[in-house]
Amino acid sequence: MDFLQLILSGLANGCVYGLIALGFVLIYKATEAVNFAQGDFMMLGAFVCIGFTNQDYMGLDFMLAVPLSILVMGAFGYAFNWGILRHMFGQSQTSIVILTIAMGFIIRFIAGTIWSHEPTSLETPFAGQEVRAGGLVLGVNEVMIVVVTAALTLLFYLFFSKSRIGLAMQAASQNQLAAYYMGIPVKRIHSLVWGLSGMVAAVAGILFASKGAIDPSTGLLGIKAFAAAAIGGFGSLPGALLGGIIIGLVEPLASRYGPAGISQIAPYAILLLILIFRPGGIFSQTQRKKV
Amino acid sequence: MSTQTSTDAGTAAPKVVLQIDNLESYYGPIMAIRGVSLKVHEGQIVTVLGANGAGKTTLLKTVSGVMDPEKGTVNMMGADIQTMEADAIVRRGIVHVPEGREIFPLMTVAENIAMGAFTRNDKGAIAADEEMVYSYFPILKERRSQRAGTLSGGQQQMLAIGRGLMAQPKLMLLDEPSLGLSPLLTQEIFEIIVRLNKEQKVTMMLVEQNAKVALDAADYGYVMELGRIVMNDRAEVLAASKDIQEFYLGVSQDENQRGQRRWKQRKTWR
Ligand SMILES: Nc1ncnc2c1ncn2[C@@H]1O[C@H](COP(=O)(O)OP(=O)(O)O)[C@@H](O)[C@H]1O
Ligand SMILES: [Mg+2]
Repeated sequence: MDFLQLILSGLANGCVYGLIALGFVLIYKATEAVNFAQGDFMMLGAFVCIGFTNQDYMGLDFMLAVPLSILVMGAFGYAFNWGILRHMFGQSQTSIVILTIAMGFIIRFIAGTIWSHEPTSLETPFAGQEVRAGGLVLGVNEVMIVVVTAALTLLFYLFFSKSRIGLAMQAASQNQLAAYYMGIPVKRIHSLVWGLSGMVAAVAGILFASKGAIDPSTGLLGIKAFAAAAIGGFGSLPGALLGGIIIGLVEPLASRYGPAGISQIAPYAILLLILIFRPGGIFSQTQRKKV
Repeated sequence: MSTQTSTDAGTAAPKVVLQIDNLESYYGPIMAIRGVSLKVHEGQIVTVLGANGAGKTTLLKTVSGVMDPEKGTVNMMGADIQTMEADAIVRRGIVHVPEGREIFPLMTVAENIAMGAFTRNDKGAIAADEEMVYSYFPILKERRSQRAGTLSGGQQQMLAIGRGLMAQPKLMLLDEPSLGLSPLLTQEIFEIIVRLNKEQKVTMMLVEQNAKVALDAADYGYVMELGRIVMNDRAEVLAASKDIQEFYLGVSQDENQRGQRRWKQRKTWR
């Protein structure tokens, strides 16, 4: 019983890591930039929602605050690319990486200034509620995280395989020059990908803040998500989610059954093993880039 | 140097679809196109011949808007387009079928073809055009659920042309469709290009190293060397000219090196 609860809690964490990793991979696949601020995007999304819905701030209805936050973060991601990154076209990868790292610092500073550095929880309608199934007692927020992540995965699958813009994003990531030749506005597609990535970050942040307090430095767990993305192969969306879930599951199991402190290094140990034995990630080769 | 006649006053003369004047394009400090001028008339197949590195691909990229020229104009049916974005140029009816196919390898054949119609939203007509493309390339219909990267070279070339057709082009820019294909496949592809020109009324600007097949298909030809046009005439006149016949030999013996050297030795058209 206890074991199953451990698994669910790990799964819930893993979903959040997976969603942050999804944001990394989306941007990397489409634009070949690595967004080191993805974790901070997640944190910002959480605080934006806290700002909309918590009683200390605007106190809007939760069901209104969630879509608003997703929209705000989508606009933020779009604007970041359109306003800043787009003008660095042709610069080296290093300068883009440094820019996103700097962006992370700025986001942490701004979040701290607006919402303070104190740990804050998102006020949700289902906070503290539980579902009882058989002998199991499960937190509604954890079940929610898993359900929302699964729904989002399905939505993403449909978006990339059926919608015109989703297909154009795939096309632009597989062959950018050919996408230009087909009249796909590649630069706008890049901005849309950044917007999409901001929206996913908002969902990840809202889910994460619904199960525990966050503060502006929470975004640093983006590093774990980065490992998740690499485990999944860095070019695969399902791989990113799977990598996140693997890390999420290993952490609590390692801390329960392994020697003290092992859970902190477990994600990176797995990353190391994957990089040694399957350098392309779990989803390398044949499954790469689909979806 | 003679220029292609265009008497706009004469009603019988076909319209000029594309007119390029004194075009110059650079890669950083390297000048790849050195003042090119040419015309493409409606309904024609115009070929630009030249050895590897002559600047043919750069010329097409400048027309389709993925590169901006430093100087000169590209005029399509009366409008200057040299500063327009690539997607605006596709919407105006110029589509670029790139060198080396450049398909979307992990998408299916059908998805690749659908991407060709990205700039359109007339659903019914798009579906009809898909059938039109499949009627010219039945093999693509057979393979339509297969990933494009798994197709053979010839099939990928067909896919690149079919995908280009989906943009409903008035002018199609074809970059070395014969590249890497067997003589038989090349023949097959060129027959389809000529049929598309006649039956679908697509004007073609065809860039080739394979002068023989290109001049067989074309109405008019230009010869490019080191970023300049060095010769131009009706295709049959070019085909009969001594210089070009020498050029054929160089290429058809599959000895590019020697062909290029000879090519450069010829100065009669300067
Ligand atoms: N991306 C590039 N960067 C720098 N120089 C290039 C690039 N592409 C082509 N060139 C140079 O421009 C000239 C013309 O090339 P290109 O247009 O590809 O010729 P062609 O298509 O006739 O073989 C060549 O000298 C080539 O080396
Ligand atoms: Mg070329």
